[in-house]
Amino acid sequence: MSGRKKSTRYYLLALVLGYIAVLILLPIGALIANTFAKGGMTFLKVLCRQDVLHAFVLTFSLSAVAVVLNAVFGVVIAWVLVRHQFPGRNLLNALVDLPFAVSPVVAGYMLILLFGRTGWFYPLLQATGLKVVFSLPGMAIATTFVSLPFVIREVMPVLQEIGLEEDQAAYTLGANGWQTFWRVTFPGIRWGLLYGVTLTFARALGEFGALFVVSGAVSGETETATLFVFRAMDERLYQEAYAVSLTLAAVSFFVLLAMEALRKRIHEEA
Amino acid sequence: MGISVVNLTKRFGEFTAVDRVNFDVKEGELVALLGPSGSGKSTILRMICGLETPDDGEIYLTGENATSLSIQKRGVGFVFQHYALFKHMTVWQNIAFGLEVQKFPKKEIKGRVEELLHLVQLQGYSHHLPSQLSGGQRQRVALARALAPKPKVLLLDEPFGALDAKVREELRNWIRRLHDEFHVTSLFVTHDQNEALEISDKIVVVNQGRVEQIGTSQEIYENPQSSFVAGFIGPVNVLRGKVEAGKAKVGEFEFALDSSFLEGHTDAEALIRPSDVMLDTAATSSFPKGQVKRVSFLGWGIKVDIVLMDGQIMTVHLTKERFQELQLAEGQDVYIQPRDAKVFTRKAAAQDYSI
Repeated sequence: MSGRKKSTRYYLLALVLGYIAVLILLPIGALIANTFAKGGMTFLKVLCRQDVLHAFVLTFSLSAVAVVLNAVFGVVIAWVLVRHQFPGRNLLNALVDLPFAVSPVVAGYMLILLFGRTGWFYPLLQATGLKVVFSLPGMAIATTFVSLPFVIREVMPVLQEIGLEEDQAAYTLGANGWQTFWRVTFPGIRWGLLYGVTLTFARALGEFGALFVVSGAVSGETETATLFVFRAMDERLYQEAYAVSLTLAAVSFFVLLAMEALRKRIHEEA
Repeated sequence: MGISVVNLTKRFGEFTAVDRVNFDVKEGELVALLGPSGSGKSTILRMICGLETPDDGEIYLTGENATSLSIQKRGVGFVFQHYALFKHMTVWQNIAFGLEVQKFPKKEIKGRVEELLHLVQLQGYSHHLPSQLSGGQRQRVALARALAPKPKVLLLDEPFGALDAKVREELRNWIRRLHDEFHVTSLFVTHDQNEALEISDKIVVVNQGRVEQIGTSQEIYENPQSSFVAGFIGPVNVLRGKVEAGKAKVGEFEFALDSSFLEGHTDAEALIRPSDVMLDTAATSSFPKGQVKRVSFLGWGIKVDIVLMDGQIMTVHLTKERFQELQLAEGQDVYIQPRDAKVFTRKAAAQDYSI
């Protein structure tokens, strides 16, 4: 009886490990092997290329913008969705997930429809001299759009869980809304928020589709790390493509490790 | 006057949760707001605190009209059933919170927090987080936190509700002693009649959003003004019967009625405390007969359940001595004489009181 159970457990473990190996470890292994096939120096040289450096700076800047905007608005939206009852609340709750459901390419295209040459806001942009599409503002909007749900979805359950009583206790002790938020509510949601921010950052780093449509991908100007990889493959600059891909993957991996640590922290607090 | 509510009313949609409630709590009094769950007692407390807005009526705190004051300005201390301690703050920080946001001087804060830690007997715990404390300790921290900024009145919402029986008993005795020492005007909500009877100076009994009766423990126990109050406070037998020829006939028992209350009343209810019944086994007795169904040991006495002739069950409490004398056994016949009974008669839904 227990012998059979034991063998089932081994099969299950083997199945899981096999699945992970084929889908995750093998591709990563191939990437690492190919990157260093021509030695570590090639790898470093690639990373020092002007256009590669620029691409990374751009990727991290866009991710930072997305993180800041989505952290602030994400907390506000989560707050409103949890604490307020209003007509259309369920609709808003569903809309928040739209960036998960819509393909990033479509998201990029929607921005073109708004800000492009035939877009609704084009006359306004012309008048003010601002450029959105094929420039940084459009790319920032696209990155923010695709990574919008994470903070909201992480903060909402935490807010729900803490409930209202701690806030009410703070009010009875004389604290105003602002003091209550910073001293009571915020410390309660900080780990959830940080987790959401990490997910947002990881998602923003890897964004490709929406940026591809909206950026114009001009090397050294509007080319992010993922767009660089795409161009490098196209131009058969394989070593360049491998090195940048591996660097992106490595950053994401460390972000994931940080996330695991955070998740533990959240569980400890709960 | 510590707290005064006048015609306080709260509606949630169609449902009237609190219906024209009036009562006073004198300066320095400890008053219980007692009622079953859903009676509106917590809503009353939350309106006094400012956590709910009344639809009608007024609230006075130490003589001042506080009805439209913000929560922050009311100067009330509030203790929640589930403590509502700030989870990420230490005991010390929790107690200091109110003093800090109310801008007490640093030096004073330190002294005050230490004083309160001493008061709630948690001196060694100032650096603990709430999650490291027991339920009783957490509630003491919550109490210290509420008292720290010297509130005008202290409101407690089922303060012992989440604790187990032994801790609850200790904590309520301790709160009574604390109150006797400091005399903070206090109002606490409870559904536990023993709690209310034991520690309060005065009880406000609430049912279905209305005040049923206000009085001291003794007044309410001995002289309930409605069958609800009689049934809710202390153990009681409720025996049902009819009004016949100016008397209440309840099984084999007959109770005289005041004729002025009888207009159209057909149903009668006799409320008899288990301790207000005399039993006899002598066959010569002229009192109504019943049969012992069950005998249980209560510690301080004996509980005897008796089946009456018409099938209703009556519970009687006997002292151990009396039980020894009677030598009661299950299945035995006994003769029953109520020493005291409250009889209520009614027509349709209305209830009236008579002797």
